[in-house]
Amino acid sequence: MTMGFVAARPSGAVSTARVSHPTYAVPAYLTPVSIPKATSEHYERAYFLMNDLATAALNVAQVQGASYADVRVVERTTEGISVKNGNVDGIASGTARGFNVRVLVNGAWGFAASAIMTTQEAERVAAQAVRIARASGMAAGTPARLSPLAPQRGTYTTPIQIDPFQVPLDDKIRLLLDADAAMRSVAGIAVATGNMEYAREQKLFMSTEGSAVTQTLYDCGAAIVAVAVDAQSGEMQQRSYPNSFGRQAGTAGYEFVTAMHLAENAPRIAEEAVKLLTAKQLEPGVRTIILDGPQVAIQVHESCGHPIELDRVLGMEAGFVGKSFLTTDKLGHYMYGSEHVNIVADATTPLALGSFGWDDEGVPAQSTNIVSNGLFTGYLMSRDTAPLLGLSSNGCVRADGWNRLPMIRMPNVSLQPGTWKLDDLIADTADGLYLCTNRSWSIDNLRLNFQFATEVGWEIKDGKLGAMVKNPTYTGITPEFWRSCDAVCDRDHWVVWGTPNCGKGEPMQAMRTGHGAAPARFRDVRTGVGALK
Amino acid sequence: MQLNERDIRALCQQILSYSQADQTEVLFLGNQSALTRFAVNHIHQNVADEDAQVSIRCVVGKRVGVVNTNALDEATLRATVARASEIARRQPENPEWRSLPGPAPLSHAPAFSEATAAYTPEARAQAVQTIIKLAKDKGFEAAGAFETNVQHIAVANSLGVWAYEPRTEAECHAVVMADDNGSGYTQRMGTDASTFDVEAMAREAVETADRSRNPIELEIGEYETVLDTYAVAEMIQNLAFMGLNAQAQREGHGPFVGRLGQPVAAPAITLANDPLNPLTMAASFDFEGQPIQRTTLIDHGTAKAVISDSFNALLEDQPNTGNALPAPNTWGPLALNLALAAGDQSLAELIKGVERGIYVTRFHYTNPVHPVKAIFTGMTRDGTFLIEHGEVTRPVKSFRFVQGIFEALRDVRGIGREQRLAKDYVPVLAPALHVGAWSFTGVQREVQ
Repeated sequence: MTMGFVAARPSGAVSTARVSHPTYAVPAYLTPVSIPKATSEHYERAYFLMNDLATAALNVAQVQGASYADVRVVERTTEGISVKNGNVDGIASGTARGFNVRVLVNGAWGFAASAIMTTQEAERVAAQAVRIARASGMAAGTPARLSPLAPQRGTYTTPIQIDPFQVPLDDKIRLLLDADAAMRSVAGIAVATGNMEYAREQKLFMSTEGSAVTQTLYDCGAAIVAVAVDAQSGEMQQRSYPNSFGRQAGTAGYEFVTAMHLAENAPRIAEEAVKLLTAKQLEPGVRTIILDGPQVAIQVHESCGHPIELDRVLGMEAGFVGKSFLTTDKLGHYMYGSEHVNIVADATTPLALGSFGWDDEGVPAQSTNIVSNGLFTGYLMSRDTAPLLGLSSNGCVRADGWNRLPMIRMPNVSLQPGTWKLDDLIADTADGLYLCTNRSWSIDNLRLNFQFATEVGWEIKDGKLGAMVKNPTYTGITPEFWRSCDAVCDRDHWVVWGTPNCGKGEPMQAMRTGHGAAPARFRDVRTGVGALK
Repeated sequence: MQLNERDIRALCQQILSYSQADQTEVLFLGNQSALTRFAVNHIHQNVADEDAQVSIRCVVGKRVGVVNTNALDEATLRATVARASEIARRQPENPEWRSLPGPAPLSHAPAFSEATAAYTPEARAQAVQTIIKLAKDKGFEAAGAFETNVQHIAVANSLGVWAYEPRTEAECHAVVMADDNGSGYTQRMGTDASTFDVEAMAREAVETADRSRNPIELEIGEYETVLDTYAVAEMIQNLAFMGLNAQAQREGHGPFVGRLGQPVAAPAITLANDPLNPLTMAASFDFEGQPIQRTTLIDHGTAKAVISDSFNALLEDQPNTGNALPAPNTWGPLALNLALAAGDQSLAELIKGVERGIYVTRFHYTNPVHPVKAIFTGMTRDGTFLIEHGEVTRPVKSFRFVQGIFEALRDVRGIGREQRLAKDYVPVLAPALHVGAWSFTGVQREVQ
């Protein structure tokens, strides 16, 4: 059995934990990168236009009373290809561009955005943002304060080897159709699908504090899914590769997709989907479980990544998805997990989907220790939340496109590798389950009570993988679960998994986050809850 | 930006004239959106944006390309049309493709409200102030959002389709927290923001918050349950997401697979997609400019029909119910005007019918566990109570549940007469339900 995406991992996907930057010195890797020749003329024209817009907006905002203002001018081009059962199911390409102005007036925030790229419109939108901020003042809280930030200048471009937009469309379609055919070569597959998506985002950030940074960010990803159906029993089972719900993605070029070897892995997942139809149902019980990397990644995302968002902790999301059990009194004092649990938030991890040069408040990308040997040590912060704890922003603010408010978002929140080889970990497990690839997730409004389902599970008996089980679920309470972690696999098994569709905020924003993870073992976990009949 | 039918139609016709493809479609979406968000008893996020974008679908033989842009200058639009055609030409033919849809007569939908279109940031702030004041008066904390949107949607295609409709949407919700364990909820949505009685909304959330303090931890297990409107709407939304459509049906992974024509719910249950019902977010046409038909999905307990779009309808030679999403759509058609028929009981009467059970205000973070078996999981939130001898007696800690939707619908023992439009991701008009058994599998619990 091939272990997920490990075998196909692009080289260099592994990062080491870094110590947080105590000051906002610009890291060496943020030195200017030359703009690719093919787009430089277009880009330079666009840059001057963006610069004029931003300057006009900042001037009007200040004249009308803003104590602070910033502008983001963004152009994002996305292309997506979907195939199904041997046919092209959809190909779409799109460009969305526009700008937004965020202002602070008497300590209250206002925000407005427009897609009309003229200086007159920039001035109108800046004035609108000021009016909105004054309306916010009608129900004002404690005036917002921003943590200090030295003026930022520079350019950052995602390092890529192959520009996915330059790869002929036919080649990209063929790659997916080959994987599709390989899945359908297995008898019993009712639906085979594949998808690929890649994007280029160019953006300028300018503020009244003198920052002006430009970034060109690329992301690229793909996945395949095989669905098997038994019409008579009403059973449906699926297997996905490299992961489920969207695709495996990174800040990378087309080389990231070819390294997945989709067609080579397609027959395996198709066979597993068909076998699942007749696999035995997992019965309820308390068991030892080993989660594969993709499932550890979503477990980290939901039960660590979201509860460490300081805006959520402070109640800013209480009207929507909720708050967090990781209240500020717990910082530096609370055992989140066992000694084997080390979690880092790092926006500089190479190839990871949540990597960038600066966040959308102009704070440089950096790394923060979140959980150190089980102890809860850090939050994801913005410039207006960090001062409430006497801290400075650690650069975790991003916006989903030109018309959305920047807010605290996970960069790459990763469980650091441990020391085990997966084969040794299985051999060390007398009685348990090996659970792979997420199928369903749910967590409560404090991020405590969770339930996950995976696509497939295997029994572990006397240190060996045994029978396949279908519809596996497990449930727990976040700190109890992480405190029960007694082993994490090592760097050879560690991959940064991309989550291209993390939802937060109102209006809802979808963000790209990354999660480094290796298989990990947890003891005494409730499994098979609500066993399906 | 001032948008009107004449200018939008001229823009769409201009784009169609640039195309050399066999068939071409333009979907125009112009939005003016504003949202005031509040938390910890103050406005902390307050946003507005304006956008107009076109999505151009070109068909060459049996090949389809889609490109969208929000840069509406002539050079960009010509390039966008050319790119959509190029994408179509550079792919293999899809033998399942038939055609873009042709024109069909449209009804008028009550989709637009001048009052919503004229709503100001000051008016939203004033409404928020009211909610915050009522929470503060009790020493409670309020969080939520008030959103007003104007959308101009138009579809034109080379087969003669022309559809245009201005629509408005307003939504306001709040969570009021008495303390770490006691909270309440309120939500209203509709086309007309001026109809929201925010004082009544605030009272609803404050009263539930007050009553839900100091919850007891109840044993997990199956309980007779009264689901209030918010919870029922979210359950029905899950059913829609599992795939009540022709595509999921054909591919064998939707909840009606093997169930069409079969009883799936109690005889009193009727679920329809009801686009002209003024209590839903009314709309006359879908994202292909096709009339949205009233479609009864569950008719007096029997699984009756699934919804479709032009691709699925033409492929299966069935009538199009008009539930297309914007192309390309790999999810399949989606019902955006779902309405579960009302019953004849008040909420108090539904509760009165329960000897010992649970009352659920709303769900939280629900997700399908098995789409064919129609099983979903989630938490209860913002007011979960014990019912004893026909009365709500004590608050209980939020539960996790894992529940088959059809199992619950088959055992419906009472239906509320008041319907409410509630939205998690898609709006659903729903009454409260009394169900015979609901499977609670876990409890929210803090760990020191």
